[in-house]
Amino acid sequence: MSKPTVAFFDFASCEGCQIEMTNYGAEPFLELLNHVDIVEFREAMTEKTADPIDIAFIEGSFTREADRARLEEIRRRARIVIAYGQCACTGGINALKNHQDDYKQAVYGADASMPHLDSQKAYGVDHVIKVDYYAYGCPVNKYEVLQIVSHLLHGKEPVIPNHPVCVECKRRETVCRFDEGDHCMGMVARAGCSAPCPAAGIPCEACRGFVDDPNLPALEKVLVERAGFTPQRAAEKGRMFTANALEAS
Amino acid sequence: MTSTVHIDVHHLTRVEGHGNIVVNVTDGAIEKCEWQVPEAPRFFESMVRGRHYSEVARITSRICGICAVGHTLTAVKATENALGIEISEQSRKLRELLKHAENADSHILHAYILVAPDLAGAPSVFPLVETMPDVVARALRLKRLCHEWGSLIGGRTTHPTTVVPGGLAEVPTDKDLRELKQKLAAAVPDLEATVETVAALAPSIPAFDRPTEYIALSSDQNYALYDGEIQSTLPDGTKQRYPVADYKTVTNEFLVPQSTAKYTRNKLDAYAAGALARFNNNYDMLVPEAKQVAEALGLRPICTNPYMNTVAQVVEVAHSVYDSLRLIDELLDAGVRLEPLAQPTKHGSGAQSVEVPRGILFHEYEYDADGICQSGNCIIPTNQNHNNIQHDFDVLVPQMLGAGKSEDEMELALSMLVRAYDPCISCSTHALDVKFVR
Repeated sequence: MSKPTVAFFDFASCEGCQIEMTNYGAEPFLELLNHVDIVEFREAMTEKTADPIDIAFIEGSFTREADRARLEEIRRRARIVIAYGQCACTGGINALKNHQDDYKQAVYGADASMPHLDSQKAYGVDHVIKVDYYAYGCPVNKYEVLQIVSHLLHGKEPVIPNHPVCVECKRRETVCRFDEGDHCMGMVARAGCSAPCPAAGIPCEACRGFVDDPNLPALEKVLVERAGFTPQRAAEKGRMFTANALEAS
Repeated sequence: MTSTVHIDVHHLTRVEGHGNIVVNVTDGAIEKCEWQVPEAPRFFESMVRGRHYSEVARITSRICGICAVGHTLTAVKATENALGIEISEQSRKLRELLKHAENADSHILHAYILVAPDLAGAPSVFPLVETMPDVVARALRLKRLCHEWGSLIGGRTTHPTTVVPGGLAEVPTDKDLRELKQKLAAAVPDLEATVETVAALAPSIPAFDRPTEYIALSSDQNYALYDGEIQSTLPDGTKQRYPVADYKTVTNEFLVPQSTAKYTRNKLDAYAAGALARFNNNYDMLVPEAKQVAEALGLRPICTNPYMNTVAQVVEVAHSVYDSLRLIDELLDAGVRLEPLAQPTKHGSGAQSVEVPRGILFHEYEYDADGICQSGNCIIPTNQNHNNIQHDFDVLVPQMLGAGKSEDEMELALSMLVRAYDPCISCSTHALDVKFVR
């Protein structure tokens, strides 16, 4: 029996999630190649294919109409589409400009109206095509990605966490950032990372996005009351990797 | 003499980001010869406006997944400069150790995964799993080592977490550092095998010389990666230094009539940044072991063959490994402890520079009294190399036509040339050329 085929595609992104594929080490990566055939991966391969694909990983946000046809073509060819990393899942950091109406002028000045600088608001790729599974994170958790692939190869439904990062901090007995006089977004941030940042004394920035139905008014209230944020900074805080969710709330 | 050529490489493979090569030659006349960059623009300098200083490096790290450590370090340094934050010697040494990890990490990726397939006559590293299994396993082993090395200091390598304005939020234990030292020392045989592999593939590196200006950070203390002054080296060996604060007088961004690309130039028509530029500027500051690697691979300053950038990267991997062994000893002698973060003492604007794998990187930010970012400017190495790549094309294409090279040979040579620069196109934060033929 031939192995399932896997392909990687990239849109507006830093391509760091693709780089994570090279960080497994020799044994795990070569073992992965025993189970799947990587047939297209522009950042690492010259080979391309027009054949159907079993699993398509899409990195990057949808930011311009010019990319719509390419996304639709990937969807037509792929049995399973996985949004790979936060840019593809929700728009990620790219959406941080979505609320600004002068972002082109701010970067390109007088050249801002040139047609190739076309860039609308940034969205996850599910703005255009149906996505079957989401590998959240900026960058992705490479071990969660292996789990997703493993589940799919075994015909199981991947389990994607939908509980807040606070749960993971409690589990590893990390002192709450608020108790250290700091701030944090862990109470609305999607877990699945093992909460390394608060454990290292750094606030969670919700780089895996929000849990479903986050209580954002409560986030703002806590940032003001317990972290001493100005109301304006508290309102802006949730924009970092989650601007589209903030706008939708 | 080749008289008709149509090369249209759409989205060149095995580079970070999206770039095109277009060459049209009809009846011996070159109608078009362009390196084009159609990457989707991402507007980072707009995103940072209104964000708190603690968030800015988190945001601009996301410019690039390969040089995320370098963007983070540059953004944090520029922020510290703007806010009058002085970090400790321990923080500086740990950041230098992290910088070494990133350079080695990125160079291993580039030399083994992106370039070696060309030299081995393969379309990618995957066919080499069958034909050169030892080499592929070694590449993945070294890549993993660099990932663990950088993650120990930075929390992770793709968008590091621990590097924050004022120092580091978390530091490794002495035990962690001793283990890292053992791992690096244990990698020396892999490093030596890397030099042998590159030496064996070196005859496939094209011979092509185009003298240009080489710009890199430089320092009297060390082979400047984390910090230094800007230095220019001309092909005749003339050197000049400039303060980092004056970076705009060196980069001189400009638009050309036939293109919307922002180019850079200093003393000549174009300049090069990257490993070869650093090697040409700072050869004397390499550790002895790295100089031995350079000698074994036949690399001597001033080298004017841009394809040799990959060889210079391998020399730098050796430098980073051996210099890190020394740095770890210094850290262990002093004993590493968690320090409180240094705090802001003023507000205003600050520019800083770091050598990232692909060359000299500049970030500048302005903050108000509340620590909120008012503006940002990032000038990245690939934008600085863009003009130099184009000038290489302008010399190389007529040479190849004159030598009667076939269209396929020319396409491969131009693709390999672009790959040698290891372009990092997602970093593109300024206007870029996107004219298309056909």
